[in-house]
Amino acid sequence: MRVRDALASPVLWVGVLFVALLVGMPELRPVFHWAFPAVKEPVFERTSFVALWLSHAGMVAAASLAASIIGVGLAVFATRPAGRDFRPIVNVLATIGQTFPPAAVLALAVPAIGFGPEPTIVALFLYGLLPVIENALAGLDGVPPAVRDAAEGMGLSPWQMLRDVELPLAMPAILAGVRVSVTIAIGTATIGSTVGALTLGTPIFDGLAGNKLPFVIQGAVLVALFAILTDMLFARLDRRLRALPETPFGR
Amino acid sequence: MSPGSALPAAAAIARAPAFRLHNRVVPVLFAAGAAALLCGGFVALAPNRLVSGRPIGLFAAADWRISGAIAVLGLAVLATAFAPPGRTLHRAAAFLSSLLVLLTLEAAGQAASSLGAGAPALARISLGAGFWVLLGAAALAIIDALQRAGAGPGERLAVAAALAAAILAIAQAGLLDALSLAREFHTRQHLFAAALVRHIVLVAAAVGPAVLIGLPLALAAVRRPGWQGPLFAVLNLLQTIPSIALFGLLIVPLSALAAAFPGLAALGIGGIGPAPAIIALVLYALLPVVRNSVAGIAGVDPAVVDAARGMGMTRRELLWRVELPLALPLLLAGLRIVMVQAIGLAVVAALIGAGGLGIFVFEGLGQYAADLVLLGALPAILLALAADFLLQSLAALAARR
Repeated sequence: MRVRDALASPVLWVGVLFVALLVGMPELRPVFHWAFPAVKEPVFERTSFVALWLSHAGMVAAASLAASIIGVGLAVFATRPAGRDFRPIVNVLATIGQTFPPAAVLALAVPAIGFGPEPTIVALFLYGLLPVIENALAGLDGVPPAVRDAAEGMGLSPWQMLRDVELPLAMPAILAGVRVSVTIAIGTATIGSTVGALTLGTPIFDGLAGNKLPFVIQGAVLVALFAILTDMLFARLDRRLRALPETPFGR
Repeated sequence: MSPGSALPAAAAIARAPAFRLHNRVVPVLFAAGAAALLCGGFVALAPNRLVSGRPIGLFAAADWRISGAIAVLGLAVLATAFAPPGRTLHRAAAFLSSLLVLLTLEAAGQAASSLGAGAPALARISLGAGFWVLLGAAALAIIDALQRAGAGPGERLAVAAALAAAILAIAQAGLLDALSLAREFHTRQHLFAAALVRHIVLVAAAVGPAVLIGLPLALAAVRRPGWQGPLFAVLNLLQTIPSIALFGLLIVPLSALAAAFPGLAALGIGGIGPAPAIIALVLYALLPVVRNSVAGIAGVDPAVVDAARGMGMTRRELLWRVELPLALPLLLAGLRIVMVQAIGLAVVAALIGAGGLGIFVFEGLGQYAADLVLLGALPAILLALAADFLLQSLAALAARR
């Protein structure tokens, strides 16, 4: 039964398809030759797709991890008595910041930092902070006052209250913020190829610049599958998190 | 408070020092602005447009009267944090902070023209980190003050409009002309106007159809809740795909179409250009439109719907006179998300030849010309901010009714 469930899961099939294409794209050379007879070398070979993906995923992971930790930290600060004065302005900063086009943030990081992977990571981090802050604030605000009172009545210290009550209850909202942040990071990192980062977007831009449609297709399909797979994994994590018995004091 | 407690309370107020810290946000903003001015460059002087410049501080770069006025205004805003709070005080703080924004701009323009007067013709004076931090801190101080004053959407709109008009007047008077950003603008004035118009056209061409397709889809989904699962799954999937990948994937079928039907190519539909960009922007816009419309229409109080039915309204009347008006705040919120998103994605569309403000961004990146990047990125950011602000105000006004 478990095996059948696993086989029926779309996550598995998208994952298998993604890995197969990532590793086996050069094997499809005859197909691309047939479809685009005018293009001499129809498979992108400057760098292997696996190396492109590792670089892409590494940047997204580093930036999103940092953004998640610092974003949750800022949201926690803004909801403590000491930081309550900053709550409205942090919220405004997070919402206004998200109206900035990600591509513009990326482009503006270049004059400040220089070409290469660094501006991409910085832009991904800065932009990724905002959805995490916004959702973590909403999640922490959503903790029912009755639960807070009960925990206080049980004699929980502020730190225990945060660790055992507030953060576990806010976790689905925080996860939703991280999910948005990672989705945007994958897309923005793709554009990072234009400023010298090595990502799955590199074949797309090489293909657009050199008028080689097969390169565009190879990059675009892999980027799309990568993004969809990541989102599916987050959806699964979210379901698992919500399926936990809803006890006010964590697990 | 009971009348009996008024006396001790009054005594407590009399005992408390009149000037203590009431607002902790303003001192932090002041510290950020002051640190940026003391440590970072306010403007940067470069021998030509392609190299990065040497940073020059505010007090070295600008006339002492302007830099002195900035210091005094900054201190005045700081002082408001120590005064007893009240609406008048917060409005005064907002006014002082607005003046600070304008003076910061003027100082940059003045610094550029005085530095430029003694420099060779190719020299460029660009905006430095100190300028941006000071501008940002002053803008946040305005927002903080308006929030504390409890300003409604109307008042916020009025402040934003007055500030925008004043900035335009400063730019029109030529006070900023010596800045390299203005010089990039003047050498590309016609291109800029065309790119700005193209950007807006791309956004409008995407948002219009998205609403026309999204609203009926949402209505269908509300009437048949069983459709919602698959519909949202597909729309969410589309939204997940990175923009440049979706652009790339649309190039293939569109170029095949254009090759098969030369008439389409004559209409401007082809693998690259605006066609794939607009289609992708419509696809991205569908999820927020449908999600908010479904939430808005499904959220209408069933008792109101029953009452309207009881009055003998037909289904069509019910939709147009009850459901849509009541769902309006959420519909506008959806429109806001879509507009902001489309303005941002249209920047990327320049990469597939769709034009728009992105052409300056990516041309600037290619030439390593920071001011050219700014010439594209800054208006895109301002457009997004304006769309966000206007639609947010409209939604707030609609919710009030």
